[in-house]
Amino acid sequence: MWLPSYATPSERLSRILVVAFAVAVMLFLIAPLFIIVPLSFSKDPFFTLPVREYSLRWYEDLFGNPRWFEAMINSAVAAVLTTILATTLGTLAALGIARPDFPYRRAIMALLISPMIVPIVIVAVGSYLFFGEFGLTNTRAGLVLAHTALATPFVVITVTATLSTYDTNLTRAANSLGASGLSAFFRVTLPNILPGVISGAIFAFATSFDEVVVALFLTAAEQRTLPVQMFSGIRDQINPTIMAAATMLLILSILLFAALALLTRKKAR
Amino acid sequence: MTSAQDSAPPAIQITGLNKWYGLLQVLHDVNLTVTQGERLVICGPSGSGKSTLIRTVNALEGFQSGEIKVAGLRLTREPAVVEEIRRRVGMVFQQFNLFPHLTVLENCALPLRLVRGLSAAEARDRTMHYLSKVRIPEQAAKYPAQLSGGQQQRVAIARAVAMQPEVMLFDEPTSALDPEMVKEVLDVMVALADEGMTMAVVTHEMGFARQVADRVIFMDAGRIVEQGPPTTFFTAPRSDRTKAFLRQVLH
Ligand SMILES: Nc1ncnc2c1ncn2[C@@H]1O[C@H](COP(=O)(O)OP(=O)(O)OP(=O)(O)O)[C@@H](O)[C@H]1O
Ligand SMILES: [Mg+2]
Repeated sequence: MWLPSYATPSERLSRILVVAFAVAVMLFLIAPLFIIVPLSFSKDPFFTLPVREYSLRWYEDLFGNPRWFEAMINSAVAAVLTTILATTLGTLAALGIARPDFPYRRAIMALLISPMIVPIVIVAVGSYLFFGEFGLTNTRAGLVLAHTALATPFVVITVTATLSTYDTNLTRAANSLGASGLSAFFRVTLPNILPGVISGAIFAFATSFDEVVVALFLTAAEQRTLPVQMFSGIRDQINPTIMAAATMLLILSILLFAALALLTRKKAR
Repeated sequence: MTSAQDSAPPAIQITGLNKWYGLLQVLHDVNLTVTQGERLVICGPSGSGKSTLIRTVNALEGFQSGEIKVAGLRLTREPAVVEEIRRRVGMVFQQFNLFPHLTVLENCALPLRLVRGLSAAEARDRTMHYLSKVRIPEQAAKYPAQLSGGQQQRVAIARAVAMQPEVMLFDEPTSALDPEMVKEVLDVMVALADEGMTMAVVTHEMGFARQVADRVIFMDAGRIVEQGPPTTFFTAPRSDRTKAFLRQVLH
C-alpha cells in the first residue's frame, strides 16, 4: 500500500504491519462511539445491541427531565464563565511572559502550566480543602474558579504560540501614531493574535464542559454539571439517558474541533 | 537657520542625553538641535545608537538622564505629554510596519479617526489625498501583503504624514527594500522635504543626503562624532572613524 514498486518484501511487510496497527488503534479509540450513538436511539431500557427498535425517548428524558436539563444548563453556564475568565487571564499572562524583560519567565510559565500536569484528583482534593476555608465549596463560583485554573494553561499556550509570530514593531508603530497602550492592544495586537485567543477559548470551554473529577468534589445537587449527572447516573442505576447525554457531548466536541480546524485553515491562508 | 525662525523654538532639542540598556550605555551625552524646517541625516555604523536616539524623541524608548524638547514641549513620562509629543512627531520604520489586518485605506484612516477624532468620511478624504501624494491612491483597498516593499513604505509615509506632524523621523526607510524600489521611496521623501517638512532621517543613502540634507551627523558608539553640511561632511571629514565609515558606504 502506497509503496514504490521497487520496495522489498520486508519493507512491504513492515508497512502492512504499521497500517494494521494504526487501524487497530483508531478502532480502539472510536469503537465506544459506535456503541454509544446507536444505544442512545434505542427504545430498550437495557443496553442491547443490535438495537431492536429506535426511539427518541432518552433524548426526551435528557431535555424534559429537570435533573438532566438543569445539569446541562449548569455545565453551559460554568463553561461560559470559565471560558471568559480563562481567556482573559491566559491572554494577559501570555502577553506579560512574552515581554523580553519579563523576570523568571521559565519558572512562572511552569507554574501556570502545572494544572495540566498535576493529576486531576490532586487538584480536586486540593481545591476542595482550600476552597472549603473560604466557603467556596458547593458554589458555582468555586467550580468556575477551579475550572479556570485548569483551563488557563491552554490559553497561555495557544496565545504564547501566536505571539511568537507577532511582530512587536506593529505595537511600536501604533504608539508612534498616537495610540495609547489599550487602543494599540485592541486595534492592532488583538486582531493579529486572535486565532490563538480563540483556539485557547475553545480549549477552555471544552475543558470545563467535560470536567468531572473537580466538579464531583466541588458541586452539590444545585450546581451539578452534566458530567457529574452522568457519573451519578452510572452509579445509581444504569440509565440510557447517559447515552443521549454522551452523544450530545460528542456532537459538541465535534463542533468545537470543526471550529478549531476552520480557524487554523483560515490562519494558514 | 534664518532669522525668521529664531523666535520659534527648535523642532527638536536634545541636551545631555544618556541611555543605558542594563549595563550597556548606548547613548553618551548626546546634544542635538534640529531647527524648524531643517533636514537632518543621521548615519553611522550598525549598533551606534541611531535607532535608539530617534526613538527616544517620540518616547518609544525611555532614557535615564538628559532632556528632550519637541517644539518647546519637554518630554516627560506623563501620558498627556507623551500623547502630545507623538502628535507632533511622525515616524517611518525600516520594516514599514503596516497593520496586516487592515487595508491600506484603513491603515491610514484608523489613526486619523481614533487619535485625531476625524469622522469616517473626513479620514477617508484625507487618506486619499495623502495616498495620491505618494502616488498609490489606486491601492487603497488592498492589504499590505498584496503590495511591493516600495509601495508599502510609501503607504507608511502617507500614514505618518496624514497625521500632519511637525517633525518626521525616518529609521532607515530604504534598507529593507530591493534596490529597484529605493528610488520611488526616496522620491517621495524628497518631495516631502521640498514642502518644508522638518525631517530627521537615519539612512546610508548618501545621494539622498547630498541632495536633501542641510546637515549630516555621524554617530559612533552612542556619541555624535562629527557633523556638518553635506558638502564639507563628504569632502573633508575630520575624524578617522568618519573617513573609514564613508569609505565603506560610498563604495
Ligand atoms: N532592546 C534592547 N535591549 C538591549 N540592547 C539593545 C536593545 N536595542 C538596542 N540595543 C543595543 O543598543 C545599541 C544601539 O542599537 P541601535 O539599534 O540604536 O543601533 P543602530 O545604530 O540603529 O544600528 P543599526 O544600523 O543596526 O540599525 C546596540 O549595541 C544594540 O545592541
Ligand atoms: Mg537601527
